[in-house]
Amino acid sequence: MPLPAGSLLELTPQGLYCPAAAAWIDPCRPVPRALITHAHADHARPGCGEYWAIGASETILRQRLGATINLIPVDYGQLHRIGDARVSFHSAGHVLGSAQIRLEAGGESWLVSGDYKRCADPSCAPFAPVRADVFITEATFGLPIYRWRSGAQVAADIVQWWRGAPERPSLLFAYAFGKAQRLLAELAAIGVREEVLLHGAVEALMPAYREAGVVLPPTQAVSALAKGESLAGRLVIAPPSAHRSVWMRRFKLPQTAFVSGWMAVRGARRRRGYERGFVLSDHADWPGLLQSVKESGARQVYVTHGNSDGLARYLREVEGLSAEPLEGAAAAA
Amino acid sequence: MQPFATLYSRLDASSGTSSRVAALAAYFESADPADAAWALHVLLGKQGKRLITGRRLREICLAGSPLPDWLFDDCYAQVGDSAETIALLWQQVAPQTGPVGAEGSPGESWAGAPLHRWLDELLPAAAALQGEAQAEAVRQLWQGLSANELLVANKLLTGGLRVGVGPGLVLRALAQFSGLEAALLQHRLMGGFSPSPEAYRQLLAPAHQTEAVPSRPYPFFLASPLEELPAGAAEDWLAEWKFDGIRGQLIHRAGQVFLWSRGEELINTAFPELIAAATNLPEGTVLDGEILVWPSTAAQPAPFSQLQRRLGRKAPGRALLAACPAAFVAYDLLEGEGDDRRQRPLRQRRAALEELLHRCSEAAPTPAAGLLRLSPRLPLTAWDQLEPLRQQAAAAAAEGLMLKDLASPYLAGRRRGSWWKHKRDPDTLDAVLLYAQAGSGRRANLFTDYTFGLWDGDGQLVTFAKAYSGLDDAEITALDRWIRQHTTERFGPVRAVEPLQVFELAFEGLQQSPRHKSGLAVRFPRIRRWRHDKPAQEADTLATALALLERGPC
Repeated sequence: MPLPAGSLLELTPQGLYCPAAAAWIDPCRPVPRALITHAHADHARPGCGEYWAIGASETILRQRLGATINLIPVDYGQLHRIGDARVSFHSAGHVLGSAQIRLEAGGESWLVSGDYKRCADPSCAPFAPVRADVFITEATFGLPIYRWRSGAQVAADIVQWWRGAPERPSLLFAYAFGKAQRLLAELAAIGVREEVLLHGAVEALMPAYREAGVVLPPTQAVSALAKGESLAGRLVIAPPSAHRSVWMRRFKLPQTAFVSGWMAVRGARRRRGYERGFVLSDHADWPGLLQSVKESGARQVYVTHGNSDGLARYLREVEGLSAEPLEGAAAAA
Repeated sequence: MQPFATLYSRLDASSGTSSRVAALAAYFESADPADAAWALHVLLGKQGKRLITGRRLREICLAGSPLPDWLFDDCYAQVGDSAETIALLWQQVAPQTGPVGAEGSPGESWAGAPLHRWLDELLPAAAALQGEAQAEAVRQLWQGLSANELLVANKLLTGGLRVGVGPGLVLRALAQFSGLEAALLQHRLMGGFSPSPEAYRQLLAPAHQTEAVPSRPYPFFLASPLEELPAGAAEDWLAEWKFDGIRGQLIHRAGQVFLWSRGEELINTAFPELIAAATNLPEGTVLDGEILVWPSTAAQPAPFSQLQRRLGRKAPGRALLAACPAAFVAYDLLEGEGDDRRQRPLRQRRAALEELLHRCSEAAPTPAAGLLRLSPRLPLTAWDQLEPLRQQAAAAAAEGLMLKDLASPYLAGRRRGSWWKHKRDPDTLDAVLLYAQAGSGRRANLFTDYTFGLWDGDGQLVTFAKAYSGLDDAEITALDRWIRQHTTERFGPVRAVEPLQVFELAFEGLQQSPRHKSGLAVRFPRIRRWRHDKPAQEADTLATALALLERGPC
C-alpha cells in the first residue's frame, strides 16, 4: 500500500522522504539531505549533500562513503529541529551506531525502525523502545519459524565446533560489518582470549569497534601471517563472498560454517553449501517484531523488507492492528 | 532417540566421506543392537511406507496451536519440508501444559525412550489411531523433544529421513566397526533385513557363520557411463545391447524359484511365466539379466511402456499376460551347480551361461525357449566398430551398448572399470518455459520445477514435459529472478510466465499418452541447455515430436 497523500513521510524514487524536514531516510540515490539509520551499504549510499547519523558510525561511514562527506554526527535521544520537523535518533540494536529515526511535525509522529534486533549484543547499544503514531518496521525474518537463542549460547556452540577440530582451520563466514564484530564480542564475553584471524574485509572494520571501546579478543589479518604458517586449529572469520574463493586455498581442509539468521532453515544452509550453520542474526526475530510493534503504541503500522505481506496480515488478523505492507519501499530502500 | 538424532545432525553437518563414516561407526559401536538394527534399516532407506503424511502432521500442529493456517503455509514455503517446519514452530506454539497421554502424566516426555521403542511401538501406535486421539498422541510424542529430535521424529513418521548417506557409506561404517567385509555384509542384507536385534546380530556374525538362505540374491553389479575407450584390445571385451527393461536376478535353488528386482523386491507374482520357465533351469542356478516384454514371434523387445503395464500389477490377468508377454534376457551366470561363480572371469561365466541356456532350450524347446533368452554377443573385434554398433541400437530397440571386460569378476555395486554402459544420444527438443513452481528441501523458495511447451498447429503452446534438473546453480538463480519478474499469473504455488525462454530438453523416450494434453509422454526429461540464442517462435513443434515418435521405438 502506498502512503496516504499528505502524510509526514512519502515514498519517492529516492526512497522515504519527509517534506517537513526536506530529508530522505536511507535514500537509494544521491539527495541533498540524508538521515542514515546505519552504515550498511544498502542503507548508506554515497553522493548525498548532507548526512545525519549517529556519531559512533562516523568512522565507518567516512571509510565507506568518503572521508570528506558532510556528516553531522548526532547522539541517541537528542532532539533536532530540521526544517519544520523535530527529528531524533534512537538505538536500534542492529550494529554499531545503528538507529531508529523518529520524526514529528504537524502534531503527528512517525518512527522508522531501520534494521533492528531485540537480543542483547555486546558490540552495540541495546534497542530503545520509542512510541509514535505511525511505525514503519522491517520484517526480514517475519515468520514464526525464526526465533533466536542468545548470542552467548550460539557463541558456546561455535567454540565447541572450533575446539572439536584441532587439526583443521575453522572458517566462520559472517557479514563483514556488524555480524563479524558481534561474533568476536560474543566470544570475548564467554571468555575466549585466543587470537582470531580475520579476512581483510573484516579487519577493515575493526578500528571503529576498538575505538568505540567494544571488548574484543585479539585479532590479526590472515594476510599478515607468514607464508606456510600452519592454520590448524585456528578460528578465522571471513565474509560470505570469500566462501569458495581463491582466498580459501590458503587453508588446508578447513571446516566451514555460516553465521546468519537464515541458517535456521536446513535447506538454506545446504543450498549455500556450508557444513554447519549457526543461527545468529542482527535482525529482530518473530517475537521481537511483535514485541516492538506493540511497544511502539502505533495506531498504524507499515511493514517493509522480507515477509512484509505476512507480518502485516498477522498484525491485522490476529493482533487486530491497522497494518499494511509498504509497497515499493523494498525496491526504494 | 537422542543418540540417533545426534547422529542425524552430525551426518547432516559433514560433507566429507571419512567424517560421515566415522560418525556412523561411532554410533553403531555404542548403540544397543535393537536400536542399531532400526538405525540401519532407516539409513538404508528401507523404512517402507510412511506412518503419517506431512499434511496430517500439519493439521495436528495447527489444531494444537493458535497459528493461522496461512502462516503455517508461508513458513512451509520458506522451509520446504513439513517435518522441519513443525520442528521449528512447535516449541514456540505448543500449549504450555501437555495433554494427558495414554500412559503418561501431563508433561511426560518420551524423549528419553530408546530409538527401537519409538519405531517398534510409539510411532506405529500413534499412526494406528485416528482423529483427535491420534492428534493427542502425536502431540504427546512431540512433548519435550529438542528441535532436532522433533525433526527426526517427524521424518520417521513421514518416512522421509534422508541425510545424503548412501547404502555404500553405511556398509563401510558397519564393516569398519565389525571387522567384516562390506561385500559380505551387503550380501547378507540382500533379500531383506528386518530391524530386529536378532537380525542385526546375524548380520554381524563372524564370517564363517553365514547360513545359506535359498532366496538370497547376490548384490547387483552396476555399470558406469563410458567416458573413454577402455585400454587393451576390443576382443577382450564383451559387447551387448543395453536393453530398456528392468534388471532382475533369477534364482532356482532348493526346488524354489525367486525373481528379484534391483530394488531387492521379490517380483515372482508379477511374472508367473518367468517363474514357470525357470523351473527348467538346473537347481543351484542364479542368472543376472533384464526383464522385458518380448513376444516370442517378435524380433525385438516391446517398448518400456509395455513393461510398465506389467510392473503396475501384482498379479497380471490372462489378457495382460497375452498382450504383454515377458522374457528374461540373461547376461550373466552368478551361481552354477550351487557354486558361487562371481570370482571367475566373465569369459568362463559367459561360456557356462551359453552352454546352460542351450541345454535348457533343448530340454524344453517351446515356449520356455522364448522366455529365457541369451543376451546376444555383438561382433566387436576392433574399437572402430563400436560407434557403428551404437548407431544401430535404436533399430534394435536398445538404449545403447554394454561393454564388459571378459577377464573381470562379478563385483558388487557401482564400481568403475570393468562394466561400462554406452548409451545412444538422447533425443532432444527445444521447448518454451510456460510454468514454474518452487522446489522443496534445498530448493525451497527457488523456482526450480519447470513445465515446458511446444507449438501446436494453431500457433498455441501446449504443455509437453516437466523437468527439474540440468541447470547449474548460477543458472537456477538467474532463471528464478527472471521468473519472478516475468510472472503473468499465479495458480497457488505455480506461476505462469511470459513464454519467452527456450530450453533444449533431452529425454530417453517418447510415448503416446492420452493423459497429457500434448498426447505425448516423455521419459527422463532434463534440461540440456538454456537456449539464450533462440527466440520462442523458433522452438520445436508437436509435429517435430511426433516425427521422433514415428521414427521408431525410443
